[in-house]
Amino acid sequence: MKKDVKNEFGVFGERPQVPKKLYNAKYIFGGLLIFLALVILPILPNLGKAVPPPKPQVDTPAIQKLAGQDKQCVEDTAWMRANHMLLLNDWREEVVRTGKREYTGKGGKKYNPSLSNTCMECHSNKSQFCDQCHNYVAVVPNCWGCHLEKEKKVAKAEAK
Amino acid sequence: MLETAFTGSKRYYLLLAALGGLVAIGFLTYLYQLSSGLGITGMGRDVSWGFYIAQLTYLVGVAASAVMVVLPYYLHDYKAFGRITVLGEFLAVAAVTMCLLFVIVDLGRPDRMLNIIKYPSPNSVLFWDMIVLNTYLLLNIVIGWMVLEAERNQVAPPKWVKPLIYLSIPWAPSIHTVTAFLYSGLPGRGYWLTAIMAPRFLSSAFAAGPSLLILLALLVRKYTKFDPGREQIQSLAKIVTYAILINVFFFFCELFTVFYSQIPEHMQHFYYLFVGLDGKARMVPYMWFSIVGMTIAALLLVNPENRKNETRLALLCGMVVITTYLDKGLGLMTGGFVPNPMERVTEYWPTIPEALITLGVYGIGFLILTILYKVAVTVKEEIKA
Amino acid sequence: MSISRRDFIRIAGLSTLFGLGARGAYELIAPGQLEAKSVPEAAATGKRWAMVVDMHKVDADTARKCAVACHRLHNVPDFANPVNPKYKVDPEELVRWEVKWIWTDHFHNTFPGLDQQFQQERLDKLPFLVLCNHCENPACVRVCPTQATFRREDGVVMMDMHRCIGCRYCMAACPYGARSFNWRDPRPYVKEINPDYPTRELGVVEKCTFCVERLEKNLMPACVVESKGALIFGDLNNPKSTVRQVLRQSYTIRRKPHLGTNPQVYYIV
Repeated sequence: MKKDVKNEFGVFGERPQVPKKLYNAKYIFGGLLIFLALVILPILPNLGKAVPPPKPQVDTPAIQKLAGQDKQCVEDTAWMRANHMLLLNDWREEVVRTGKREYTGKGGKKYNPSLSNTCMECHSNKSQFCDQCHNYVAVVPNCWGCHLEKEKKVAKAEAK
Repeated sequence: MLETAFTGSKRYYLLLAALGGLVAIGFLTYLYQLSSGLGITGMGRDVSWGFYIAQLTYLVGVAASAVMVVLPYYLHDYKAFGRITVLGEFLAVAAVTMCLLFVIVDLGRPDRMLNIIKYPSPNSVLFWDMIVLNTYLLLNIVIGWMVLEAERNQVAPPKWVKPLIYLSIPWAPSIHTVTAFLYSGLPGRGYWLTAIMAPRFLSSAFAAGPSLLILLALLVRKYTKFDPGREQIQSLAKIVTYAILINVFFFFCELFTVFYSQIPEHMQHFYYLFVGLDGKARMVPYMWFSIVGMTIAALLLVNPENRKNETRLALLCGMVVITTYLDKGLGLMTGGFVPNPMERVTEYWPTIPEALITLGVYGIGFLILTILYKVAVTVKEEIKA
Repeated sequence: MSISRRDFIRIAGLSTLFGLGARGAYELIAPGQLEAKSVPEAAATGKRWAMVVDMHKVDADTARKCAVACHRLHNVPDFANPVNPKYKVDPEELVRWEVKWIWTDHFHNTFPGLDQQFQQERLDKLPFLVLCNHCENPACVRVCPTQATFRREDGVVMMDMHRCIGCRYCMAACPYGARSFNWRDPRPYVKEINPDYPTRELGVVEKCTFCVERLEKNLMPACVVESKGALIFGDLNNPKSTVRQVLRQSYTIRRKPHLGTNPQVYYIV
């Protein structure tokens, strides 16, 4: 006579006797090994290497030329650091879709909301200012597929 | 139930492997298209939709035609079709999946595909096409699977499946109507600007889909122990006959309006397709083959003797599939775009990479079809045993 | 109440589906409202831009200059002229891949159906400048599944390159062939790049924007500046504007007006 087992989920028949044997162990462990190898693979090349944290520089010639108060970005540095991508998205929506081409920054100063023509005018060092951080955190913003960086052009002009 | 797809004859696995190979080739070519752009296809600024969208149009018809086995069974209680409804539904699943994939491979920016949902635009027919196709796919997967599972367990399907089945019946013509509206509402394209576009699509679909189903049923009978049934095939053949006759009739209605009215914007496209324009006549042989072949097949199908002989029936069904494919696929696409609205003729022909990607998508579709049919047939064989 | 894993997955899946559908339903009941609430009202300028092409003043040289000025300003690729000779394309591809914002066409291609067997001889030789007509009832906007192309308050039919999915439905809908698709990466074909204006990426559709970026700065579109008076541009809502004056004084025609798109580029022939 089999005994029913009662627990919080209900009443069940006796648990069937299952032989304690792992079937297809070869394939199970083989599969797990392949899975582990695939997971670990991308980590291996950088193992044990410390990548120095980025130190974006803001001393471009354009910024050096600005006097005291003007050295401020459109918003606070800390805010910009956290939210620049959202700000750029907002600018993009407003300029393209509503035709609003004016942005009032901190302190009431008005700006032309433009990546190439406002941001990059001051921060003309794209590889240093943008790419360093983006590479460090492994994000690939797709701005540059269309918008143009002026770094080389600026560098050329300054060399003259 | 899905486990039945994992055990099969050597021939079954060989078929899966061959289709898998097609998919692999198509996928690699698609990667090439992703990196170099749609410039690898034969499309251009004048013929901006081509082979991919042609397949989409044709396959939406194949998918919609599942209703031709579902409707008689559920609305008219025509018991004979009970055996094959699942074949129709699973054919629809494979066809709609291919449709959706053909839209995706045609997009310039597939990475932004979800923008259609993110910025819903009810004014765009493409938005509605996305909705009806996805819903139809879901309906057919759920209905086909639930009914087959119930059949296997020898119980009635769950109650909630019935309303879904009734919903799927009007939904089928709706997917093809919406697809026709993609074309028939555009102001500058005389070939497409016709109120009869959706009816034409439906008639050719209800001819081509059941034809394909007859061919598949004959294959299933030949290679498995499950016989879809002679009566079923004969009933489908009658549907094909009526539908293809109506389709030919619609084509001549179109010809009358266009040529009796003598409006150049509408005539030019027919000139290009059937006699050539500005010395360019790439489509001419195909179009003549299509319309003449279709008419002959339609007339031959009227004779019951030709339908009763299954070899002749298979040949005629093959003819219907090919001729409607030429008319509604490449013919519709190039015919609509050539000449362009400035009355210039730029011809179109698919390139090899374009054809490989297309074959890859068909590979995926037939892979799905093979697996689903394998499941369905195994279940049917089990019941018989 | 307990819930089995199976039920949980089923309910979660269904809720996701309805969640995705909700926005669409909202759009259906109140079209544009959702979008309207999330973006500020457009600056109410009350303008309606339009262009008149005076074919008495357009010659081949002026037409070419207009096109060159526009294409250079907007980084429009020229496939006949790659930056590096190794990117050379053959003539057949040139026809298919061509990107153009403003170009010239023959009379009978510009105005199909208006050409006659016996007509003024000069018509056959005139280079008709053609561009996006910035229709009041644009078919391209109607068919766009993402609102990547839309009509601004001031009448400009605009493209949002950030949103376009490259389905090319707009190209099928436009009865003027004003839209070009990027079949290839355009950058290797922009010889003198203008860093102040973006290029485009592979896989999006582009067209003339009536130089919105210049209008914003109270400048005339680049082609108008270059045309030496052959192109007249202005505000249709202002009765004193030059466009309105020209439209009052001269008989003008438009391309395919019978299609109901209400094009806003007028031609003095």
